[in-house]
Formats: sequence, C-alpha cells, structure tokens
Amino acid sequence: MNSKELIKELCETTAVTGHEANIVPLLKSAFEDYVDDFQIDKLGNFAAVKKGSSNKEDPPKILLAAHMDEIGLMVKKIDENGFIKFSTVGGIDPRTLPGQKVKVHGKESITGIIGAMPPHLLSAEDMDSKAYKLDELYVDTGYSEEELKQIISIGDVISMDRELLSLHNDYVSGKALDDRAGVLMMIEAAKELQRLNHEIDVYFVATVQEEIGIKGAITSTYDIFPDLGIAIDVCHGLMPGVNSSEASKMNEGPAIALGPQVHQDIFALLKDEASKRSIPYQIETNNSPFGTDAAGMQIARSGVATALISIPLRYMHTSVELISLNDVKYGAQLLASSIAAIDDEFLEGLRCY
Amino acid sequence: MLLEKLINATGISSREKEIRDLIREEIKDNVDEIYTDKMGNLIACKGKEKDGQKVMLAAHMDEVGLMITEITSDGLLKFQSVGGIDKRVLVSKPVLVGEDKMAGVIGAKAIHLQKKSERDKPIDFDNLYIDIGVNSKKEAEKYVELGDVAVFSSEYEELGNGRVIGKAFDDRVGCSIIAELTEYDFDMPVFYVFTVQEEVGLRGAGVAAFDIAPDIALVLEGTTAADVPENKEHRYSTSVGKGPALTLMDRTVIADKNILTGLIEVAEDNGIDYQFRRTDVGGNDAGAISLSREGVPSAVISLPCRYIHSPLSLIDLDDYSKMSRLVKLYLERLARKGI
Repeated sequence: MNSKELIKELCETTAVTGHEANIVPLLKSAFEDYVDDFQIDKLGNFAAVKKGSSNKEDPPKILLAAHMDEIGLMVKKIDENGFIKFSTVGGIDPRTLPGQKVKVHGKESITGIIGAMPPHLLSAEDMDSKAYKLDELYVDTGYSEEELKQIISIGDVISMDRELLSLHNDYVSGKALDDRAGVLMMIEAAKELQRLNHEIDVYFVATVQEEIGIKGAITSTYDIFPDLGIAIDVCHGLMPGVNSSEASKMNEGPAIALGPQVHQDIFALLKDEASKRSIPYQIETNNSPFGTDAAGMQIARSGVATALISIPLRYMHTSVELISLNDVKYGAQLLASSIAAIDDEFLEGLRCY
Repeated sequence: MLLEKLINATGISSREKEIRDLIREEIKDNVDEIYTDKMGNLIACKGKEKDGQKVMLAAHMDEVGLMITEITSDGLLKFQSVGGIDKRVLVSKPVLVGEDKMAGVIGAKAIHLQKKSERDKPIDFDNLYIDIGVNSKKEAEKYVELGDVAVFSSEYEELGNGRVIGKAFDDRVGCSIIAELTEYDFDMPVFYVFTVQEEVGLRGAGVAAFDIAPDIALVLEGTTAADVPENKEHRYSTSVGKGPALTLMDRTVIADKNILTGLIEVAEDNGIDYQFRRTDVGGNDAGAISLSREGVPSAVISLPCRYIHSPLSLIDLDDYSKMSRLVKLYLERLARKGI
C-alpha cells in the first residue's frame, strides 16, 4: 500500500477519543512487516516495538508518539421526532458542522446529517451576523424516536463521515489528519529504519485520548519509560487570516519545534540530521509546553527528554483538514536518520546541563 | 434510478449541460419531439396534434453553486454564490471545481486560533476560499480560469425510513418526475419542459412558456421543509413525509384556483396525502410562466426538502412517489374533463 492509500484508510477509519480500539487492527497490519512486537496498555495505547542492535541487558529506548484519536460528537438526547442532540468530544467549531454527513455508532453505525434551522426563518440580519451555536444543531437520521432508540443510546459517539480527497501535488484533505498524518509518519519511519542500523529500541506508540488532554501519552510513557521521546503531531499551516508567527508553511518540510517541552540536544540532533541529509525542514516556535503529547511525555516518572516534530496542516479540527504528504515523507526520513544517529554518548549527554 | 443520477450530476445556473444531456438521453425515445431553445431550456412534447388543453409541465435543471472570481497569490480560489446560498453551510465542505470536477475544499481557520468574538459570527464570503492543493497563483492558473464554477461534492445516499440525502433535490425531483411522466400517453398536448436559470431569477421558464404558449402550467419544485427542532409548528412551511405540498400563494404567483381545486379533488379521491405550503415566501418558475403572453393559469406542486440549498438536503421517497402519482392522475383528469 503506498502512503496515499494508507493515509486514506487511516483517516476513514473511525477512532473518536475514548473509542480508539477500532483502528488498532489497521495499525497492526501497517506495522507488522517492520517491527518485532506489539503491546497494548490498559488505556488502549498501541505500541509497535522494533528492537535495536544494542546488546545491553537493558537496552536504551526511544518512544515516538502520534495520537490515533480524532475529535467527534456524542449523543446527548433523542427527541420525540427522532432528532439527536449532541455534545462535542474534543474542540469543535460548531460553525463547521451544518450540512456535515456523520455516522452515529450505536448497535450498528447509521448515517445522518447535521441540520439546523433553515435560513429563511431567520431575519436577514441574524443570518448575516449570527453563527450557529452547538445547541441549535442536531443529527437527522430519518428514523423515528422509537426506531432510533432500538439502535442508538445516550453516550454513543458520532464521527464525521468524510472521504479523504486527493488534491493537486501531494496534498490530501479530510477528517482526522490530526493526527493520523503523524501515525503515517511513524509507519513510514519504521519502514525507513529497515535499511538503517540503530542501537536503540524504538517504540512507535499510537496514543489514545490526546484530544481531551493528552491522556494516553501520560500512561504510555510511564509504562515504557524511554530514555527519550519524540511526539509527532500537526501544527497550523499558513493560510489567509493566520499570523505567520503562529503557523508553518505548507509543503516546505516538517517543522521541528522549539519550546519548553523540547530538549535542546534532541532539537540539535534533528536539525543536524536534516542539514546533513538535505531534508527540508522549518522551525516552529512554541512559547508554552502544552498542546501535544510531548507535554505528557516530558514529565512522566523522573522525566523524559522530549522533542516534537510537526506536520503543517490547514483548517485544523474541521472535516477538510489539509496536509502535504511530502511533509510527512521528509519527516519520516528525518526521524529514521536521527534515530540511527543516537548512541550512548548522546544518551549520556541528555542529563548534562 | 434517474433521480439518483440527476442528484449526483452537476449543473449550476447557466451551466446545465450535464443535466440536460442526461434527461435528453433518458426521455428522447418516449416523446414525439425534443429540442432546446436559445437559453438552453430542454423542451419535449407529445400529442401536439391532439385536441384538449395544451399543458406545460416545468421543472428547473439548475442548482445553486459557486463561481470563481479571483485567484489569490497563494493559489487559493475566491468565489461568489450563484443563486441563494447561506454562507454558513459552506465551511468545512468539499467542492468540485470546473468541468473536470477537480476536488477542492473550503476550510476555516482552526478553532485554536480564533478569538471568542470571531466564533459568534458566521464566516463571510470575503474570508472563504477554495483550496485545490497548489502552491502559487501560477500553478492554480494551470487548472482554473475565472468564471469557472464549483458545486457541492456530495452523493445521493439512503438513510433510515425511506429518507434520502443528496444535493440539488431542488429541483432535480421535479426534473425526475417530469422525465418519468414521458412514459405515459395523455389525451392532450403535453410539453415537458426542463428550464435553466431558475435559481438566479426565474430566467428560463418565461422564455420557454412564450414559445409554447400553453393553456395551463404545472410547476414541479423542491421546497423548504422546516419541521426541525427549535421551530414552532406554524413555521414548518412544509413537513417531510406528509405528502406533496400545494402552493396557495408565494412571492411570485397566486396559484390558479381551478387547478388547485382539481389537484385537491384528485388527492382526496385517491387517498394521496398532501399538504399546503404554509408560507408565502419564496418563488419559482410559475411566477414567470403565469405572466407569459396574456397569462397562463399555473399551479405549483412541491416536494418538501429539509436543508435545501445546502451540500446535503433530505427528502422522503414516499413523498416523491405520492407527488408523481398526484401529477399523473391530475393530468388524466385534465385530459378527461379539462381544467
């Protein structure tokens, strides 16, 4: 499967935060040719483990983390006419929802669309100036209340129904590219590592529950307790209306983050490897440690040296998120060659301030 | 199924070719004559030589959409709407651009980067654009020209309970029913008319009506159903699943009383559910047809659509077959005993 086919499958598979088990079989089949072992922890984090060449009894470990969960909705109420009221799981702009096709996951998965009051009932002024609010929206499935209650219960999750679209160049657009693009980068890095020698054991972890507060990264890092960790997530891609200081350019390589959550030595390693291998990259500056799995990894147990690689993405948390697959490809090359460059001396240096 | 084909095909006002070709292919063997006029209306007729009143059945082929009006230096496409589109339904939607139906998306600034005040307001057309995945204006110009159009990218799909979703039920339901009616013979002259440019101001229908000079016109439409939560019943306008809706009056036409009485009698005699369109807003081709030449008695029969003029509207297939049956039985009555 090429990366375009794989990212399509990854994005079109449903794994709303807290309900990620559905995507694990796909991850297993994507990783199985490149790794030695799989493990799943109590919260549902999935790790694919590739052993390094170190012959130490307790070999060093690196943890790569990309979250597998996606934002979604949750059934709150089924009204007397069969309309479903919902709440959000993760940060969703209600303005992106009207007219969106969804799947409601009950005893079976059924299709619905998100409806709202028709505009002809609103004053021209309201239509012009008032955005739809969450409590004005609902899911219409065609079923009556009685029929629906046979299939759907309060608390069932609802996912966006959106096929991944191939645009020009290597751009793709769809739902859940945040952070299936990161998962793809890990899979491609595992593939790249087949032809490189690396001493360190590599744990490719697809984390759960990032979208509601980086929950999965906390427990998986505790469990594996690596010498160092690199989170792979998306960052804002430059677009009209967005300040260039808070966004990275599209299609100009992965962004290597610099901020309180980033260990300077790993940052330097990534930058050096990129330069050495002529891999295009850009620098993303963060003034806060939060927002990605790196924040959770950094303070696990007695601390983990962490870094963050980001994939520029436009329209984050909409159903038409957009990335360049080139940026993913270069990120995977950068990860693999950086992992291969890690030796004992580098690991010892991580404590030396 | 013709309706499904018509829903998945695209044709915004003045670019109705794909719809016209589809219908022509579908009905050409059923009718005596089929031709197009200077605006692009598709007109077919049967029984021209017969006695009896000359009937014009009309439905519009065009759908609402977007027109590319500018390409930015980043290669993003700015657009304006063709026909009435609520800007609030455009955000986070895929579209098909140009004749080659190139994929594009309309995105929005990430929620993380929005100020609270931004979140309360809809995003204006000025701040919306289509992203086709190019890196520069120069690259975009290889694929797009100003004036190219874009349409919602969504497919016909069945939901629970005989409900279906898709774009452009307004007015492909009318086109589909009229096309299916060409299979029958009525003992009077019948003109089957598929009009252009309804959505930008009822432009095609009047021209076709002048040419045909009918004695009576029936317009088949898709209309708003507002039977949704948070709305009061008296403001529903129409309800999905309650049968076809008959217009008494809207912004463009007062329905002919005799036709209306006939339609109601046919519905009641045959146990066909129907409802009245319970609003006087909106308008359609009947407005233009009824004022053609010295005037044409006209009526409108509509199929209730929720979320009309959006990427996905919803109808009930039962309503569709009831509407089709009502029109057919009314035409039989018209042939038998006139208006």
